[in-house]
Amino acid sequence: MAWDESQPMVSIKDVHKSFGDLEVLKGVSLDVKKREVICIIGPSGSGKSTLIRCVNALNPINSGSITVEGQEVHDPDLNKLELRKKVGMVFQQYNLFPHKTAIENVMMAPIHVLKEDKEEVQDRAYKLIKKVRLEGKENSYPGELSGGQQQRVAIARSLAMRPDVMLFDEVTAALDPETVKEVLNTIQELAEDGMTCILVTHEMGFARELADHIYFTDRGIIVEHGPPKTFFDDAKDPRTKEFLSQIL
Amino acid sequence: MSGRAALRDDVTPALGKVQTDLPVLMPMAANLSRDAIRGGGVRLQLRLWHGAVLLLALALVLGVAEAAEGGKASPWAILLRWMPFLLWGQEGHWQGFSLNIIISFLAMLLGTVAGGILGLMQISLLAPVRKGSWIVTQFFRNSPWLVLLFTIMFLLPFEIRIGDLIIPIPDWVKAVIGFSLPVMANISEVVRGAVISLPLGQWESAESLAFTRFQTMRMVILPQCIKRMIPPWMNWYAILAMATPLCSIMGVEESVTLTRQAMSSEGGNPALLAPFYIFLLVIFFMYIYPIARWTVRLEKKYAVKE
Repeated sequence: MAWDESQPMVSIKDVHKSFGDLEVLKGVSLDVKKREVICIIGPSGSGKSTLIRCVNALNPINSGSITVEGQEVHDPDLNKLELRKKVGMVFQQYNLFPHKTAIENVMMAPIHVLKEDKEEVQDRAYKLIKKVRLEGKENSYPGELSGGQQQRVAIARSLAMRPDVMLFDEVTAALDPETVKEVLNTIQELAEDGMTCILVTHEMGFARELADHIYFTDRGIIVEHGPPKTFFDDAKDPRTKEFLSQIL
Repeated sequence: MSGRAALRDDVTPALGKVQTDLPVLMPMAANLSRDAIRGGGVRLQLRLWHGAVLLLALALVLGVAEAAEGGKASPWAILLRWMPFLLWGQEGHWQGFSLNIIISFLAMLLGTVAGGILGLMQISLLAPVRKGSWIVTQFFRNSPWLVLLFTIMFLLPFEIRIGDLIIPIPDWVKAVIGFSLPVMANISEVVRGAVISLPLGQWESAESLAFTRFQTMRMVILPQCIKRMIPPWMNWYAILAMATPLCSIMGVEESVTLTRQAMSSEGGNPALLAPFYIFLLVIFFMYIYPIARWTVRLEKKYAVKE
């Protein structure tokens, strides 16, 4: 592979993105190294979700460049399916397949997309369900699980593809407060295992504890960024200060 | 007690949700929805005794007819004599009401297959396919069934010659094709509607798991749509079955045609008109009403599960 591990795993450079007349991203740049965990925070409508959805080409970009392991994501010749095998994504609304059980949700993509052996995938799926602490729920349908449980199945489903980087798009925003923690624990374990993670989140305490780097976005630009300690205790920009004072 | 419970049972899930596909019925559906919310039970549930009332009405009309006849030839007896003919036609033929059912089955089969394909074309990523299938769908969906039927009747030859081989196309086959066109268009809309009613997140999560569009359709989208499509599909079957007597105008020997034949061979006695037609109504009702009830039950069942 042409990509050298000392280079950033995900590199976003001067990305612009508009929906019609509305410019959502106005030149965003950031780098994520292997094994790094970064958190993107900011007020709603500031373009955070749009940004990470551009990383696995769910949204096209207007200009700039996004590379994953050295490959340009928005190269028209790029095989998007190959890219998406490397990039896992977890959504705010879980988006599990409601007609399949938890274990089937986890097994589907490796079997049909990666064409892996069914027995092997099943083995891995049971381990992943165990890893997200849902033993005994393998044969439950998503409708029978709580929000937090569904979200953990969604994480297991994404991990089953053995991605190199995981995108989390406000994954706790739709959850009851008491189930937020179980999902955050799962993500924390993942980060400790060395998974490269990009999180869009409103969980400041979590971001502070877990992230290697924090980016604050407002109105389509990155206003300020830094390691959690500097960012939270020593914010420079008035917009960051205002946001933090409201949320902390 | 059971009547009351059944009534409430029937209205509650419909709260604010009396649905129809037919443009002309939409204002009425809106009113019904409002009534349902207010708690006025508009959607009555028919029970066995309602059927009994219908039969009683039939008996009454027959009685009146008999009185008018002065007791000579009982319309009851005449109707009873013709009943097998109206239901099955002449021996060894598929005619009468059984032909109505056969036509409805085959037209539904043809319409569902064609409509399924057309509906999937409507959500194609290729603009020409999408637009073309949209035009076809709209055209057949908004044409009078009878005019479509006439067009097909006169457009298709009565036989096809391939070399020495002559394949006749009987009128009832043309009727099947004629009926399948509006069914196709409406099923096409049912399919399209079901697919676009699924949350976008289903597409996105399948996409981010690197499923191809075809895999997404086959493994994620369509399995979830089938359930949603069954009630409207059955509804269209009921509408189709009720429309099949239209082809009597072309002389297809279904129940209405045979009823007229029967009456004319009884000397065109006007006293027979009411009993014979009411009999037809009763058998159509007995066939279609259970389908309608079943549809409502499935709608309810799937509405709760989602």
